[in-house]
Amino acid sequence: MPKTSSGLLSRSLAVYFKDLRMELRTKNALNAILMFGVTTLTVVSFSLGQSGLSPKLLSALFWIIMFFSAMSGLAQTFIREEETGTSLILNLTAEPNSIYIGKLLFNLTLLITMTSIITPMFFIFTDAPTENILPFVVILTLGVFGLVSATTLVAAIISKASVKGALFAVVSFPILMVLLMVLVGATEKILDNNSLSSVSSEIQFLIAYVVVMTTISLLLFKFVWRE
Amino acid sequence: MWWKLVLFVFMSIMIYFSFALPAPQQQIGESSRIFYYHIPQAWICVIAFAMSMFYSIRYLQKKDLKYDDMAMIAAKLGFIFCVLATVTGAMFAKVTWGMYWNWDPRQTSIFILLLIYGAYFALRGAIDIEEKRAALSAVYSIFAFVTVPFLIFIVPRMVPTLHPNDSIINSDLKFNIEGAISLVFFSSLALFTVLYIWLFNIGVRVQLLLRKQMELEDL
Repeated sequence: MPKTSSGLLSRSLAVYFKDLRMELRTKNALNAILMFGVTTLTVVSFSLGQSGLSPKLLSALFWIIMFFSAMSGLAQTFIREEETGTSLILNLTAEPNSIYIGKLLFNLTLLITMTSIITPMFFIFTDAPTENILPFVVILTLGVFGLVSATTLVAAIISKASVKGALFAVVSFPILMVLLMVLVGATEKILDNNSLSSVSSEIQFLIAYVVVMTTISLLLFKFVWRE
Repeated sequence: MWWKLVLFVFMSIMIYFSFALPAPQQQIGESSRIFYYHIPQAWICVIAFAMSMFYSIRYLQKKDLKYDDMAMIAAKLGFIFCVLATVTGAMFAKVTWGMYWNWDPRQTSIFILLLIYGAYFALRGAIDIEEKRAALSAVYSIFAFVTVPFLIFIVPRMVPTLHPNDSIINSDLKFNIEGAISLVFFSSLALFTVLYIWLFNIGVRVQLLLRKQMELEDL
């Protein structure tokens, strides 16, 4: 990974492909995040029966599954660097911005993979209404971007602390709570067969959230990474 | 020394008048007296949070542990005032809405503020090396503060609230209170602020002495 030969994007992509290759070798994070999602989904479907759940309940359950699955795997990429002792070498070969963007893209890939498996299963197991699937996908995509944009920096912070596992959820939750409130509200409206225009203020909020969180993370990441 | 005595005297007078004057809001009744205490506490809570973020930024610029101490002390005091504001708010909610807690947007936002403070201290507790702890908790403090505008300005507008928002400042940004009530309210606000600054200074001095003691033990 030569440092000067190319632009920010290609350097970020280099970090991204490195992480992707490592993940494909072990499949640690993907297995954790996917199995967590499947497990919580099973518990939900099993204990609540299959049909007749209200949109309110469905959207709350869906985002609880998403939140805890995300919490189980999104810190892996940074924790792996610390555990194998490669963070110092990465520090020498790439600058913080491209590391952050690379890791952000990797977490995004991870969560999108997980979501594209869990969401169809969710609809099958809970018999949620599928008429409004396109607006649902819009909200879901923004939600995934929101989750990843807010937790990638927190994951970097957590990887430097001594207790890692439990702390990630605890420290991320206050930051994600605003996002989850808006997501649950918007998903409820969509599952209740409202059109996309009825959630336009929620969509504006979600876009603003993603932009703000990504920008501030980019500004702050170097202070975390240099520690 | 003298200004502490002045603070004591004025605080006593303020507390006396907060009960002696007629209730500030006739429709709500006697329970509306809580606003002499609840609003200054919420105010200090936000001020302390902002100060904590300010000193966190200073730390990242200067890498001087003094600023980390200050950020931590501001967060500690902010947490105490945040608990007080939550409790007084819940008491008021019980009297006027019939429930201590109903996830009103205002209650949600102060609850998230409490969670942020809690997470901040949990994070600090999990990092052993001082410089590392200072930098990481500073970053978290700034990052968490960015979500506060979403909480205070955007979410309460998307969800209906029962919180009496216009009891002091109405929608035209004019003050709704006047005369003796406004005098007591604003002196309460000022006195609580002075009290907070006093507590903050004590905290900083204690931390300084602790550092001196550690240095002496190292020798």
